[in-house]
Amino acid sequence: MKRKAPVEARPGVVSRVHSHVGVAGVDLLADVCGALFHEADGVLLVADLHLEKGSSFARRGLMLPPYDTAATLAKLGAVVARTRPRLVVALGDSFHDRAGASRMGEADRAALAALQAGRDWVWLAGNHDPAPPKGLGGTTAATWSLGPLTLRHEPLPGAPAGEIAGHLHPVAIVAGAGGAVRRRAFVSDGTRCIMPAFGAYAGGLNFRHPAFAGLLKEGRRIAHALGRDRVYAIPESRCLAGA
Amino acid sequence: MAALPPAFAAWFGRRGWAPRPHQLALLAEAEAGRSALLIAPTGAGKTLAGFLPSLVELAASPKRRAALHTLYISPLKALSVDVARNLGTPVAEMELAIRIETRTGDTSAAKRQRQRRDPPDILLTTPEQIALLLANPGAKELFADLKRIVLDELHALVTSKRGDLLALDLARLRRLAPGVQTVGLSATVREPRELVAYLGGRADPEPAIVTAPEGAAAVITMLDSRERLPWAGHSARHALKEIYDEIRRVKLALLFVNTRFQAEQLFWDLWRINADNLPIALHHGSLDVGQRRKVEDAMAEGRLKAVVATATLDLGIDWGDVDLVINVGAPKGASRLIQRIGRANHRLDEASRAILVPANRFEVLECRAAITAAAAGAQDTPVPRSGALDVLAQHVLGMACAEPFDADAFYAEVTDAAPYAALARADFDRALQFVAHGGYALQAYDRFAKIRQGKDGRWRVSNGKVAQQYRMNVGTIVQAAMLKVRLVRSRGAGASAAGTPTGTGPIGRGGRVLGQVEDGFLETLLPGDTFLFGGEILALQAIVDDEALCARTSGTEPKIPSYAGSKFPLTTYLAEQVRAMTSQPEAFDLPDQVEDWLALQKAKSALPPRDRMLVETFPRGGRHYLIAYAFEGRLAHQTLGMLLSRRMERARLRPMGFVANDYAIAIWSHHDVGSRIARGLVTLEELFDEDMLGDDLEAWLDESSMMKRTFRICATIAGLVERRHPGREKTGRQMTVSTNLVYDVLRRHEPDHILLQAARDDAATGLLDLRRLGELLSRIRGKILHKPLRKISPLAVPIMLEIGREPVYGEAEDAVLADAADVLIEEATADDDSVETEGAGRGQTRRGESRA
Repeated sequence: MKRKAPVEARPGVVSRVHSHVGVAGVDLLADVCGALFHEADGVLLVADLHLEKGSSFARRGLMLPPYDTAATLAKLGAVVARTRPRLVVALGDSFHDRAGASRMGEADRAALAALQAGRDWVWLAGNHDPAPPKGLGGTTAATWSLGPLTLRHEPLPGAPAGEIAGHLHPVAIVAGAGGAVRRRAFVSDGTRCIMPAFGAYAGGLNFRHPAFAGLLKEGRRIAHALGRDRVYAIPESRCLAGA
Repeated sequence: MAALPPAFAAWFGRRGWAPRPHQLALLAEAEAGRSALLIAPTGAGKTLAGFLPSLVELAASPKRRAALHTLYISPLKALSVDVARNLGTPVAEMELAIRIETRTGDTSAAKRQRQRRDPPDILLTTPEQIALLLANPGAKELFADLKRIVLDELHALVTSKRGDLLALDLARLRRLAPGVQTVGLSATVREPRELVAYLGGRADPEPAIVTAPEGAAAVITMLDSRERLPWAGHSARHALKEIYDEIRRVKLALLFVNTRFQAEQLFWDLWRINADNLPIALHHGSLDVGQRRKVEDAMAEGRLKAVVATATLDLGIDWGDVDLVINVGAPKGASRLIQRIGRANHRLDEASRAILVPANRFEVLECRAAITAAAAGAQDTPVPRSGALDVLAQHVLGMACAEPFDADAFYAEVTDAAPYAALARADFDRALQFVAHGGYALQAYDRFAKIRQGKDGRWRVSNGKVAQQYRMNVGTIVQAAMLKVRLVRSRGAGASAAGTPTGTGPIGRGGRVLGQVEDGFLETLLPGDTFLFGGEILALQAIVDDEALCARTSGTEPKIPSYAGSKFPLTTYLAEQVRAMTSQPEAFDLPDQVEDWLALQKAKSALPPRDRMLVETFPRGGRHYLIAYAFEGRLAHQTLGMLLSRRMERARLRPMGFVANDYAIAIWSHHDVGSRIARGLVTLEELFDEDMLGDDLEAWLDESSMMKRTFRICATIAGLVERRHPGREKTGRQMTVSTNLVYDVLRRHEPDHILLQAARDDAATGLLDLRRLGELLSRIRGKILHKPLRKISPLAVPIMLEIGREPVYGEAEDAVLADAADVLIEEATADDDSVETEGAGRGQTRRGESRA
């Protein structure tokens, strides 16, 4: 069954690393690591870093390997080195809990400071980290405007076109011959976009779960799924609705 | 030999029984103060033999103070309930003042508390409950007077991590109750001396072995179908009519299959031809418990004619008068088959009757090998395990909850458990560190430590929450995520066929729960897809929270079939027998169709020799196939397929995919392997070199989904992550963590961590079967027989037919995404003109860039 092409599909675009995501007429590059790059403005967006999730669990007696912050920052460092942004905006839930920033180890603090050097850095408030992180560089805000784009942590039902948010940790599930493949994904409908979680220990939620209802136009959504070394733009009709 | 006390002798007499020699032998061993292993077939009065010494002793001292005298531990809680009922009879009839109680996960909290305060004389329970009791500060007192431990189905317990946990708990019990006697009850095994090690510990290194005479040998035949034998598949549909005719002729037939899917399919197929309306029932572990109990009761009462069952009915519950066992599909192991058949017959003097129904041609060979093995009394039960490190970690925490411990003394106790006898002190200390604060090189969590060493040098839990966490996590059975299957009214085929997103339609949720299904199966279905469950065709309506809402349909054929074969790989022993047959088919009594098949293979290619591995190469449909007849079981073959793919990739043969079954592996590539071998550009020896278990393996482990599954189980057992509790999974994303993500991070940052070691140990024998793959590669070194062919051989047909039915692995995952993405490109380029014009231009530039 052929269907009318969604506007932002950019047919035929097969880039090795990223996929083009159109949001309200702005062309953004969805990077295979899970960051979104506004090439024209030199702005890099990441969502849901969940730094110090490991130590947050350790407080409850679940001793997850204490390397998640280092792993997340290393991945962020790689995409920063590749894109050289003038501004990095972290779309909230940058720390897994309010005390996260204070638990950060010396080496990780130094790594973050090195990433922040020579560029602007904005921490948007998330539900996990509503207050600005103490003792770290960057400025904090509730939302951030970028031309026609509005960046915020939690997508608002009925928000106008141009919203880019995180919070929901979308993943896409695609059926294969004998099993389903589950990958983090950017989800967009051409007017708005929900970014995947970036953090090493951040979980995922199928974008066809009811929690996503009423945010993007159902039936018109495209999942830009993170593959091994490229991003795949997959229509909603090919994504499973399962858990 | 011991004599029965008069009251007991009289009771046996009233029943018209005489005590059996092995029952008296166990009594004698008990009087001599020795532990013992009883090897006896079903129906030999094994349970009574195990309890007789306890009953005699308790009857002789009626005025003893209330204390736990005997513990009975079995793998199934249903078995505990059953034994309690059976034991109640002699106790009541002899009017003995002996209190017998069960304790399982179903026992109320109030009753459990009371049992600790005021214990019964005999407590019937499971390994998990023992672990919980031992982790309680009152354990010392509760078990101080324990005299005997009876371990039922020991052969089944010791092959798993549950057996490791049980062994550790036995070591603790021996310390709390010095001199306690242990009695193991077991079916026939390959090597009883290996089992004995579990019983006595250092204090009693040589428990007695009592062997009851085998009952009449089972009469096992293979169904010599008049129908055409299928080349592949596991359904045995060709023989359906013949199976049905056998059922008609007997009183009660038990039909064993290897998987739930096969059970559903067979049950469905039988009912379609059930012209006589015979009462045929279905029993498998995914069905609702209430439904299963109904079937079991109906069986016991003689109201059924046949039951289609999986391994859930495998362990020794009393089933009533089964007079025929039909094993559909491959038996997979000689001992497994004999135990299944033996269980069905509870009368020793009469021979059990069994019919094996092979579902395809290779299974004919396997069935024939199993029948020969059964006649010769050959056993292929697994070799003893070495204790898992994740189980040890769980136990360490449990024992810290019970009371502060000294590490040296505790290490000595742990190594008194058979599977941990060879545990290095360094590994014990790593487990201790892991429990305390994760055991990471980067010691970030000292301040959150769960157990700490006090000034007295002893380890104790940091706070009360730790014990609570331990109780929630106890046990070694880690289930896959399951969804409840709930029956709802259909909201009309139209809506579901259009693929309406789930969770938004007006679907009532009031229906009955039919059972549960793995998340992994359901997530491949779209709303409207139909599948077999509980003997009905259901259509998935929606998945809401942890429930799959399904409606009945009037269809006659489910849309989503399942080809899944046995989850158990073929044992090494049976594999050898099958190889013997293929190398020399004339020496065996095989059905004509199979003889013809093998003769044709001999003419067109070669028969797989006994001491060499046959490899065929041939072109087909634009691809080049390589078939290796390794006969090492599906799991080892899958691992081989992954590693061989990498190796062929490096040799620039451009492999495209592979498929594995129990007997062979087929791998296909873009380039012609056969001709490259002929030209000396590549050799099979290189491709199958043992060094693939080095770097190739390490690289693959990074992304192997089976390795990740193995790691998840280890992480759960060790208490790194919280266990999923069915029905209590309302936790949000932020409350849980995916072990796959943890695995990725840990492998990169601390590859030698104890949990990765635990997962690697499991991979050696579990889902990756590395040990067997290693044995194969070493066995075939310099012994590969290559047959370059122009077309497919008769023996290759079965494996070739399985292509496309197998799950995807590792690198193939991106191909799935790419395929789904292509649809978008097609859709997009086909329609909207304006978009296409703009997009096509950009696309070309992009394509150009990517080529450059």
